[in-house]
Amino acid sequence: MPAVAMKVNGSQVSGDVEGRTLLVDFLRNQLNLTGTHVGCDTSQCGACTVLVDGRAVKSCTVLAAACGGAEVTTIEGLAKNGKLHPMQEAFREHHGLQCGFCTPGMIMTALDIVKRKGTSLSEETVRHELEGNICRCTGYHNIVKSIQAGASRM
Amino acid sequence: MTDTGIGARVARKEDKRFIMGKGRYVDDIHLPRETYAYFLRSPHAHAKIDAIDTTAARAAPGVLAVLTGEDAAADKIGGLICGWMIHSMDGSPMKVGPHPVLAQEKVRYVGDHVAVVVAESLADAKSAAELINVSYSELDPVVDPGEAPGSASLVHDGIERNTVFEWSLGNKEGADAEFAKAAHVTKLEIRNNRLIPNAIEPRAAIGSYDQAEDSFTLYTTSQNPHVARLVISAFVGMAPEHKLRVIAPDVGGGFGSKIFIYAEEVVCLWASKRIGGRPVRWTAERSESFLADAHGRDHVTTAELALNRDGKIQALRVHTIANMGAYLSTFASSIPTYLYATLLSGQYNIPQIYCEVDAVYTNTAPVDAYRGAGRPEATYVVERLVETAARELKIDPAEFRRRNFITQFPHQTPVIMAYDAGDYHASLNRALELADFRGFAARKAESSRNGRLRGIGFSTYIEACGIAPSAAVGSLGCGVGLWESAEVRVNPVGTVEVLTGSHSHGQGHETTFAQLVSDRLGIGLEQVSVIHGDTDKVQFGMGTYGSRSGAVGMSAIAKALDKIEAKARKVAAHVMEAAEGDVEFRNGSFTVKGTDRKMAFGEVALAAYVAHKFPTSEIEPGLKEGAFYDPTNFTFPAGCHICELEVDPETGTVTIARWTAVDDFGTLINPLIVEGQVHGGIAQGVGQALTEGAIYDEESGQLITGSYMDYCMPRAEDLPSFTLGFVETKSPSNPLGMKGCGEAGAIAAPAAVMNALTDALGVRELPMPATPQVVWEAASTRQAAE
Repeated sequence: MPAVAMKVNGSQVSGDVEGRTLLVDFLRNQLNLTGTHVGCDTSQCGACTVLVDGRAVKSCTVLAAACGGAEVTTIEGLAKNGKLHPMQEAFREHHGLQCGFCTPGMIMTALDIVKRKGTSLSEETVRHELEGNICRCTGYHNIVKSIQAGASRM
Repeated sequence: MTDTGIGARVARKEDKRFIMGKGRYVDDIHLPRETYAYFLRSPHAHAKIDAIDTTAARAAPGVLAVLTGEDAAADKIGGLICGWMIHSMDGSPMKVGPHPVLAQEKVRYVGDHVAVVVAESLADAKSAAELINVSYSELDPVVDPGEAPGSASLVHDGIERNTVFEWSLGNKEGADAEFAKAAHVTKLEIRNNRLIPNAIEPRAAIGSYDQAEDSFTLYTTSQNPHVARLVISAFVGMAPEHKLRVIAPDVGGGFGSKIFIYAEEVVCLWASKRIGGRPVRWTAERSESFLADAHGRDHVTTAELALNRDGKIQALRVHTIANMGAYLSTFASSIPTYLYATLLSGQYNIPQIYCEVDAVYTNTAPVDAYRGAGRPEATYVVERLVETAARELKIDPAEFRRRNFITQFPHQTPVIMAYDAGDYHASLNRALELADFRGFAARKAESSRNGRLRGIGFSTYIEACGIAPSAAVGSLGCGVGLWESAEVRVNPVGTVEVLTGSHSHGQGHETTFAQLVSDRLGIGLEQVSVIHGDTDKVQFGMGTYGSRSGAVGMSAIAKALDKIEAKARKVAAHVMEAAEGDVEFRNGSFTVKGTDRKMAFGEVALAAYVAHKFPTSEIEPGLKEGAFYDPTNFTFPAGCHICELEVDPETGTVTIARWTAVDDFGTLINPLIVEGQVHGGIAQGVGQALTEGAIYDEESGQLITGSYMDYCMPRAEDLPSFTLGFVETKSPSNPLGMKGCGEAGAIAAPAAVMNALTDALGVRELPMPATPQVVWEAASTRQAAE
């Protein structure tokens, strides 16, 4: 099995993976970072979204071996020294989550939106940019508010 | 009350772990020496199994066991059950086909469980499953529910006409007499489209057998772990209840689909025993969720409304064919009967109602409760009929509704329900105001100038939540009681643990239940923890569905808190050397009337545990109380949703411009959470109306909508922000006056959308889901006619 090494949430990690091992499986099963979820296996729902070298990527559709040398950020890597990231705070404050399963993917996507579109986001922009993430609980109303609020504090 | 008590808009306690990625869902849990299960599923909708050859699979690398239905029968693993008995009009009990955990002799839908491979890795299990050789003789599948009774093919041998039951409710002669003399009759053919629930967390299970204790543990994605334990013990016969622990940890959405007891849970437990006790884990792939989670809705209905000269409704007649799928799921039979026909009175005074329901088997996935469960189907029938009747009689739809609203409570409908409280005029009027109904004509004209068609539609829905009391549901055929239990444990320092039989899978119970405790005991939310989802911790409970956790679950907690307060008062009286009758409890403090003597709740708790200052022959030490609560009636949430939308006739695209919802849920514990529930319900209802529909190929019975690329759930851009309002009439059937809010949006929304869409297009009928193709065709046909 090939070895792969990458930086995950600021720490250097390595492991032996099969050629077919997906990034999400490497994160969940080998690194025990279970905050990244699998909802659909077909890169539609976005629950598995992580940042790879700063860009939002659906980790169910990327091979772990292809991420050698990359910098990966997962939901577990956002809070610093026990302090929540403003986007995490905003989701809590605005009730942007219910069952919590899609939430890590939503938050990671939100960071990508802010990076590309800035901190002042219209409702229309947020709704359009969320096209790759499905939530079944919230009807998106509070997710949109959370992302707008979180962005404005970044 | 405290600022974190009932009615406080506080952020959720449970959120922190979810936003940090520290939630603990079933698939996040790993047990030592665990193994992986992979299910071989039927590729055919209907076939006889001639032979299963597992020789090669068993010899494959990493394989620990390959099990089939024959093995299950040999080990006396019982089948799954349906827990609600329905009797046909002729008095005969419903016809229940066998529901083995692995197929025996026949497969009955695409995705039916044929065999399981248990292996050292998932990849090994999957590879070995490909080596299982199953010989099938294909049979004609029964796909269309309308054609099921006349089909030459039988889903279950010996169940004639594929009919589960032919049931009726109401007075046929009375309704017929009203129709005979009606001034106007409005009739609609309605298809309530089949839906696939699609919680974003797929179902998962880990079964673990302990050889030394001869006991089992099941981690599962369940809305009701105690019910799962009961069924797997008493009916499947896996183990007695004290030898089976069921844990439902964080669960990523349910919407009904995780109420039911599924084959995979049973098989993981059984397989663990078969392989000597190593844990067996399984997580559904999304394609498996599509194939084998219980689906929802799927009614074919003819409905007609009889009206007099004044536009008053005199009678309603409904005939529905309800598709049950290939097997009767856990509560399937109750959905198109007692949770459907009993709500056909809507918010209206209807003197006569008669409903017949034929439930049929087809070679499709089992159909059971999905958000609203029967109630959305009822509201859709009533609200489409009412809106259509108003248009036919050229009466303003709001005025038509007002003319027929129930205004006196209690109100006994002709279909069992006794509505106890409501104010339907108030919710309609408030919604009209919030929706700026007066401005609609101007907005429509503006749309028209832009080449768009604008429409508006109402849905004044009703639902029944907190199904109870137990004796009443028992008399209707329910196999269980529908009370709830709670235990309140006060620690010596005054912090509190609440153990509840309800289960939270997104509803926020850890917050709302703590708010009740905060309110009653005057302590902060951070001093309360809520424990649920583990049969070893919580004694028993009926779980969470049908918006019962507030009305029933919280009422049980309230009852336990009454007992806590009563005992704490006795303790406080002794410690403060006062008569019990002179001790008052307010804002977290016990005081003695007319004195400055005072003890905080925490001090009394400590005194109860130290037990120095009272006679323990009279008062037991400690402070812990339990309660079982059985409500006196259902609750009846109701409200008015108004959908305003715009159609682009060139593309068939529908844009929802405004959504206004005014709901009456009785007492609101936490408006922030209640609003979230309404938002989510509306989204699912809009999904049903515009985008979602499960489609099976008529010839082969293959599920065509088997992925997110084929089954279209609403995304953020498909929905607007919602305008919400509330009116409040308290439910008299529980001590908190709560009604329930989980289903309202999903119940109200489909009719509101379709009423708006038919208004925009100027057509009488339109099928759901009204996809752009459906809308474009209707718009084009209308334009051609003009």
